[in-house]
Amino acid sequence: MIDERPLPVTDDPADAPMWEAALRGELVVQACVDCGRLRFPPRPMCPDCQSLDTGWQKLSGRGKLWSYCVAHPPLLPAFEKDAPYNVAVIQLDEAPTLRIFGRVVRGGAASGSGEAREPVDPSLLVIGARLQVVFEKVADDVALPLFLLEDDVA
Amino acid sequence: MGSLSDSTAIVGLAESEYARSLGASELELSCRVVRDALADAGVDPREVDALASFTMEGPADFELARAVGMGELNFFSQVAHGGGAACGAVAQVAMAISCGMAQVGVVWRSRKRGAKSSRVWAQVNDRISDQWKYSRPVGLLRPVDEVALMARRYMHEYGLKREQLAEVALAQREHANLNPRAAMYEKPLDLATYLDARWISEPLCLYDNCLESDGAVAVVIVSAERARDCRTRPVFIHSASQGMGEQYQVMTNFHCDDPLAGCSGATARNLWRQADAVPADVKVAQLYDAFSPLVLLSLETYGLCPVGEAGGFVEGGTLGPGGSLPVNTSGGSLSEAYVHGMNLLNEGVRQMRGSSTSQVEDADLCLVTSAHVVPSSALLLRN
Ligand SMILES: [Zn+2]
Repeated sequence: MIDERPLPVTDDPADAPMWEAALRGELVVQACVDCGRLRFPPRPMCPDCQSLDTGWQKLSGRGKLWSYCVAHPPLLPAFEKDAPYNVAVIQLDEAPTLRIFGRVVRGGAASGSGEAREPVDPSLLVIGARLQVVFEKVADDVALPLFLLEDDVA
Repeated sequence: MGSLSDSTAIVGLAESEYARSLGASELELSCRVVRDALADAGVDPREVDALASFTMEGPADFELARAVGMGELNFFSQVAHGGGAACGAVAQVAMAISCGMAQVGVVWRSRKRGAKSSRVWAQVNDRISDQWKYSRPVGLLRPVDEVALMARRYMHEYGLKREQLAEVALAQREHANLNPRAAMYEKPLDLATYLDARWISEPLCLYDNCLESDGAVAVVIVSAERARDCRTRPVFIHSASQGMGEQYQVMTNFHCDDPLAGCSGATARNLWRQADAVPADVKVAQLYDAFSPLVLLSLETYGLCPVGEAGGFVEGGTLGPGGSLPVNTSGGSLSEAYVHGMNLLNEGVRQMRGSSTSQVEDADLCLVTSAHVVPSSALLLRN
């Protein structure tokens, strides 16, 4: 069992632009150059028009809470110290099937990177609540999404 | 009806004891249950010419074949996706026999997962390259967390209460208390204990999770014609299906139009298409239950109750002994053992033989399903 938090491989050309954007605090997803369909998770081909011509599009990072769980032990050691913690699915405004994962945390100095953040009060986790993504840098090459309640965004 | 319909039958079954920790290796457990299932059917090991299991199975097919003393093999396959594989492995062997490519098939699964360190989620690498790279680093670590997201969404959409969800665990525990093989035999469970149990991933508590077990299961499949010569009452494979949903992703299936539909929708439509029965004909079912919400979702997607109404449907002991639709009548993964759904298959066969410890009177059709949340499979068994 690993002691540290597992991290994504970030140098796979299939999704490296996403991780590079995350380090800049931006959320990007694949966009078909031919028909414009947005897609996540990344893949080589557009399922609507079978084009291989793929670009990346910056999203607003805004969306709504689709669902969440609150994880309790047993967990990996790196997560056990934070337990219980929430993990949410946010449905992004740009398309209903664009859903990404992250914890909902308290706002404040919303610059986004590096600082440890407190989870929100669970009573504020209401499905449909408006959320804004920010990114937390956790390694030289990795920034992971966190969500702030829209009212909490500075 | 499909051409597979009733052309093959399950004629032998066996399982090991189920426990938190068994001394024997997975290969030894496999050998024992395959030997015993063949003896149950009255088939000599040298007659076996087809084998199927899970891609996640430890022992290799050739190791099992040479240990048990099988003859020449002419069909061998593995079905992927863990809990989705059991019915699919049976379906593939049945197809091979039905089309004449093989004659005597065995499907088996052995699994030693009682120990905490053996859990798949605990063996994650420090860098993740597959689709879980988008969810595990933020703390969505375990299958229970992924299913908890579906359960919470379902509660939001359809008003499911915990007391209703509890019906699944309570009914299965009642079945287990009639089944001496069950790990939870003679361990009753009541609603207050369920509601007070510790959380694993809210809204799911301890009793919404399957057991972690060591154990092994095997079945023997032959043609309907050959089945007449076997020792046991044949249980015919009336319909068989595999299914994967559109825009589906394993476990973190949150990127399609309807994440709650899982893979059961695709599996169910194809299962019923090939059958001359309809969902209302099902009087007993074994529905894959690694986590209790999967039972509710499967009830709906296989057409056993309307979508969104499973919570009301299960109230009042519907799924338990003597209920209007007994489900997971051995205790299932929640209360008998977790063998990736293979024990559900054996229980389905027992119901059709008339030898279940929670026998449903006059049951002549049993639905057996594999996992809702992975590329899946299902069987309709008939006697
Ligand atoms: Zn396109």
